[in-house]
Amino acid sequence: MRIEVEDLVLRYGDVTALDGITLTLEEGKIYGLLGRNGSGKTSLLSVLAAFRRHTAGRVRVDGRPVFENPQVTSRISLIRDVGETVDIGTGEDVLYFAEELRPNWDGDYARALMDMFQINPKQTVKNMSKGQRSAMGIIVGLASRAPLTMFDESYLGLDAPARQLFYDQLLADYMAHPRTIIMSTHLIEEVSALFEEVVIIHRGRVVAHEERDALLAKGVSVTGPAAQVDSFTAGMRVLGSRSLGPTKSAMVYGELDDAQRRKAADAGLELGPIAMQDLFIHLTAEDGAAV
Amino acid sequence: MFDDRSPIYRQIAERIKAEVMSGALKGDEQVMSTNQYAAHYRINPATAAKAFQQLVDEGVLYKKRGIGMFVSPDARERLRAKRRESFFADVVDPMVAEAKATGIPLRDIIRRIEELEGT
Repeated sequence: MRIEVEDLVLRYGDVTALDGITLTLEEGKIYGLLGRNGSGKTSLLSVLAAFRRHTAGRVRVDGRPVFENPQVTSRISLIRDVGETVDIGTGEDVLYFAEELRPNWDGDYARALMDMFQINPKQTVKNMSKGQRSAMGIIVGLASRAPLTMFDESYLGLDAPARQLFYDQLLADYMAHPRTIIMSTHLIEEVSALFEEVVIIHRGRVVAHEERDALLAKGVSVTGPAAQVDSFTAGMRVLGSRSLGPTKSAMVYGELDDAQRRKAADAGLELGPIAMQDLFIHLTAEDGAAV
Repeated sequence: MFDDRSPIYRQIAERIKAEVMSGALKGDEQVMSTNQYAAHYRINPATAAKAFQQLVDEGVLYKKRGIGMFVSPDARERLRAKRRESFFADVVDPMVAEAKATGIPLRDIIRRIEELEGT
């Protein structure tokens, strides 16, 4: 499903959770939604899933409004950290209800996933561990095959092998049944290769929306003698820097052209990549200005 | 798996090129699909598709519509010619610079090369 959001504002009382978000997400891609705690990730996903009515702005999914529009919301699935499955009964009951609610439900796939995640269908969801409840949410999210599927930190409590299983299943099922997927996560390095595009929000605003590779290409570390680093990076957007004795390393945001790369080499400066997580940390630093 | 120094798609392209150079992938042989690459390396299929597109642009692979990607018949020769072009700049010049910096006389290098040639 295609998502168009324009000047979206969401307030709870006098708290502004979303402060003018404008965003277009195309159909059929996997998006990473990154942001610090309290940045507005969950608020944004909740508005897209029609769990909350927005205060101002425009939200369209496949060209139609989502709030109180069941024709659209039956095709949207938002899986939150513990899942909304807690009070329903046993794992089996959860699958039964999901089948009722979800037009594209694949029961065979859901049962296969229960086996893979080693969830006992007879067990009451309330008595499951945090990781098992997360797995339950993931199973419902994947087997629903909703044209817009959103996972909001759906890995909490899962150990590394279970998270790997989640990512592998997500990728395989997405390739077999392409759909729009949005994943919010704090485990950036672990999943970023799955994303086609990355959206970073901070204090209720979008600070970056790029193809994953393009975003990575924008971050460059410049290392060398402090004076040379300073003169090379003058006028560039420097996200942060660290010094060790006479050596300085600065993180620059913005693509360098061939002439700049040659200039750096001639000045004895070393250029290197910045990991997605470091870019994220600097783009969402408290004193960081929006792009 | 990947070192993040260059984009993943470029690393995949390099790996396929290395397989063509070594003869592991032969002319007109079909390569794995974008989805197979994506699942194997745990990456977004659009990223894998970029690697394939780069190789098509360079003439290493060709596309058969609806069937998949194949190695160009002249891919190996094309890659070898390209490597020959840059061999001195990429391999010999840095070696000479390193030898000078370390204090190894160039005639020692020449002697070594002649020894290797004889084996």
